[in-house]
Amino acid sequence: MSAASWAVEKRPTLVKVGRWVGWIGIIAVGLYLPQAFPPFRVGQFNTIMAYGLAALGLALLTGFNGQISIGHGAFFGIGAYTTVIIVGDHPEFPWLATTAVGALLAFAVGIVVGLPALRIRGLYLGVVTLALALLFRQALEKYSDLTGGSQGRGVPRGQKFSAPDWTGLANDQWRYYVIFVIVVGCLVLSRNIVKSRMGRAAVAIRDNETAAEVLGVNVARTKVLMFGVSAMLAGIGGSLLVIGSPIPRVSANSFTIVLSITFLVALVVGGATSILGPIIGAAFVVLLPEVVPHEQQVLTPVILGAVLIALMLVAPDGVVGLSRRSASWAWRMLARAADTGPDTGLETGDSSKEQLQLDSRES
Amino acid sequence: MELFLQRLIDGLAVGAIYASLALGLVIIYRSSGLINFAQGEMAMFTTYLAWMLVDNGLSVWLATSAAMVFGFVLGVLVERLLIAQFSGPKESPLAIVIVTIGLFLFFNGLAPWIWGTEGKSFPNLFGTGSVDLGGVTIKVQTLGIVGVLLAEVVLFYLMFQHTKLGLSLRAVASNRESSRLVGLRVGSILAVGWGIAAMVGALSGTFVASRIDLTQNLMQVVLIYAFAAATLGGFDSPVGAVVGGIIIGVVEQMAQYVDLFDGFTLLPVFLLILVVLLVRPQGLFGRAEVSRV
Amino acid sequence: MSLLEVSGLHAAYGPVRVLHGLDFVVDEGEIVVILGANGAGKTTTLRSLSGTIPVDGEVRFDGAPIAGRKPEDIVRLGMAHVPQGRGTFMDLSVDDNLRLGGYTRPVSEVEEDKAHWYEVFPRLAERRDQAAGSMSGGEQQMLAVARALMCRPRLLLCDEPSLGLAPLVVREVFERLAEVNQRSGTAVLLVEQNANLALGIASRAYVLENGSIVMSGSADELSEDEAIRRAYLGM
Repeated sequence: MSAASWAVEKRPTLVKVGRWVGWIGIIAVGLYLPQAFPPFRVGQFNTIMAYGLAALGLALLTGFNGQISIGHGAFFGIGAYTTVIIVGDHPEFPWLATTAVGALLAFAVGIVVGLPALRIRGLYLGVVTLALALLFRQALEKYSDLTGGSQGRGVPRGQKFSAPDWTGLANDQWRYYVIFVIVVGCLVLSRNIVKSRMGRAAVAIRDNETAAEVLGVNVARTKVLMFGVSAMLAGIGGSLLVIGSPIPRVSANSFTIVLSITFLVALVVGGATSILGPIIGAAFVVLLPEVVPHEQQVLTPVILGAVLIALMLVAPDGVVGLSRRSASWAWRMLARAADTGPDTGLETGDSSKEQLQLDSRES
Repeated sequence: MELFLQRLIDGLAVGAIYASLALGLVIIYRSSGLINFAQGEMAMFTTYLAWMLVDNGLSVWLATSAAMVFGFVLGVLVERLLIAQFSGPKESPLAIVIVTIGLFLFFNGLAPWIWGTEGKSFPNLFGTGSVDLGGVTIKVQTLGIVGVLLAEVVLFYLMFQHTKLGLSLRAVASNRESSRLVGLRVGSILAVGWGIAAMVGALSGTFVASRIDLTQNLMQVVLIYAFAAATLGGFDSPVGAVVGGIIIGVVEQMAQYVDLFDGFTLLPVFLLILVVLLVRPQGLFGRAEVSRV
Repeated sequence: MSLLEVSGLHAAYGPVRVLHGLDFVVDEGEIVVILGANGAGKTTTLRSLSGTIPVDGEVRFDGAPIAGRKPEDIVRLGMAHVPQGRGTFMDLSVDDNLRLGGYTRPVSEVEEDKAHWYEVFPRLAERRDQAAGSMSGGEQQMLAVARALMCRPRLLLCDEPSLGLAPLVVREVFERLAEVNQRSGTAVLLVEQNANLALGIASRAYVLENGSIVMSGSADELSEDEAIRRAYLGM
């Protein structure tokens, strides 16, 4: 038996093993990063992870459930402001507990905003969420006593999320590792949601809402709940943005509609139907300004918009989709080499989308 | 009482502006079942073009007309170059909506890149005069805006009901496949629909710019009001867009009486959208949605 | 040369092949019926002729190859399609429906033709300002036929006009089709399950089974055929 045909025969096992190796590799690299880069970069990594959570929330919502949100900046902001306001008013309050509070708040607001899904389908959610994004900005200005408005608000001098002595880590490294652990936790949680009964129901709704309903899926509950979870992830991201920043400070000017759309760009760049893709997409949107010349920074949103449009036209499944497609192409080539016929590759070569679709029919 | 009347009339004027933008949204929704999230930003962009013309000495009326022509061309181009690429078997409303969101960001970023971030002032079409009606002072501008909207509505009605173009627009909205079977070139007709939508958007853009500073964010809040107008009136109803726009305009002006809403004008509008969607998702004049498998 | 010449017509929906190489012709001015059960490929046949779905094979209309052309172009050549389920513009008035039918013709002709078809179908004249969707199924079927005729076609494709109609109404629809054919000389290609009435007005017929033509002949011959009688006439 040739190596190629062995590989083709063992493909499911190999894919599974490969996936584990991938996750372990990513975690290893993730753990190593703060050792290799200066604090400034580590701060950027924190921002990437925070944005990544918001984009991950969008993946659950848009990629796996077919709903849209143009207002995740608001949920992100709810998380960020919860942390700044609580820690600012009660310095003794543990930082991470504010993350939990922010997550719950974002979840609750997410449920309310997702409610129209009970009655209607389609694009109205875009309208509601866009309105929410702008409304949030107005609220920040209106209640500037609390939020600091466009002036911004930080936490009191001396208050920092700093490393305990026993770790021997620098503050920026400690902040990074805490965030890293939370983000990995959120990734695992999201993966489990996608694989769960609710996740399969969500995908069934995305592919054909009426058919899902006929199959006995509780469409309204699933959609509203997915919206809540999605908003919650964005809320956690917002809180972590504050925690991970060397000078924790938020200002109304950072929570414009552009932020919400930026998350959407991250989602589409990475791939809407993947768990890791949003993090990759977040890296893209956070690091893009670095390659844009300093005096042309104002072009960044133009590029983001153009990238979003271009990707929808040529590669709507993003970076992860591209790699999936090239992987399945490679398997087909391998299968041909092994002379087990090209059909093998075709049959199993499709992305997990089809897989999920079949799963949902069985349940 | 006078203040109340004042605000009522102001509400009519801003409502007329929202109605105009909402009409554009409705035209696109009716003909293709899509929501163009870039509608406001496209209007902002054409308003900048009009501002450039005014800055170079053109009259406001001519500049506004030119902006409408730009708008039409822009709408047609967007439909042909981007939206139409998604027609056919891989058509997905979600994908198209994401494209319009990309356009939103694109134009929102492009404007300050070209014209800078500093606000511009756009002269208004009707001068600064005012008339006195039984103790209530009304700006000529206010009357002008309402008048232009009325003319727009009449023209729309005539166009839709009494021209071949209007007939084909209604046909495409009603049944796309049958439209092709009777020989309509659906693609071109949809593009014209987008063109008209962007054209009326351009008009509302110049009106807004005559009231507040012209910046890249000119139309963001206005777009939400237009969405609210279309949602309230029914996304598939041009009449609804106009009535909805007027109601939203008056509500917005009146809400400033209430402390909670002062400086927080989007809250009542946001709540209104939520309530309409939950209680009567088809809006006041829209038809109830028929779900298709 | 026949008006419509089809040879080796293949069509598929994605991976599912529906038509496996059909050959048939329709001559100027005649009524031809394609009989077949549900799922035999009748609708697909008409859809591939009018350009609504992609096809493989040769389709010649009045000598010109039309396979692969768009429906909006094919209708301009003089082939009108009354789709299954009638395809009326439900929320538009009867009058607007007819005007749309004449979309490809000069305005002066449209008014003239409308008057003509209102005469032929007086029920439509009575309801000219009513929304098409508010009419009965039979009336809508008449409207669909009249709308298709508004473009002065040389060939009318008619997809199961009997579908969902009461027997008496079906009879009327077929009588009207025959009448139109005789008056204006428009050729009709009809696909039907209701063999009884269809064979009554047709001059020739084909039988479609699982995407292939299994039998053909004059309408009279097929009406006499034992197998046909059993399968399609319920005798």
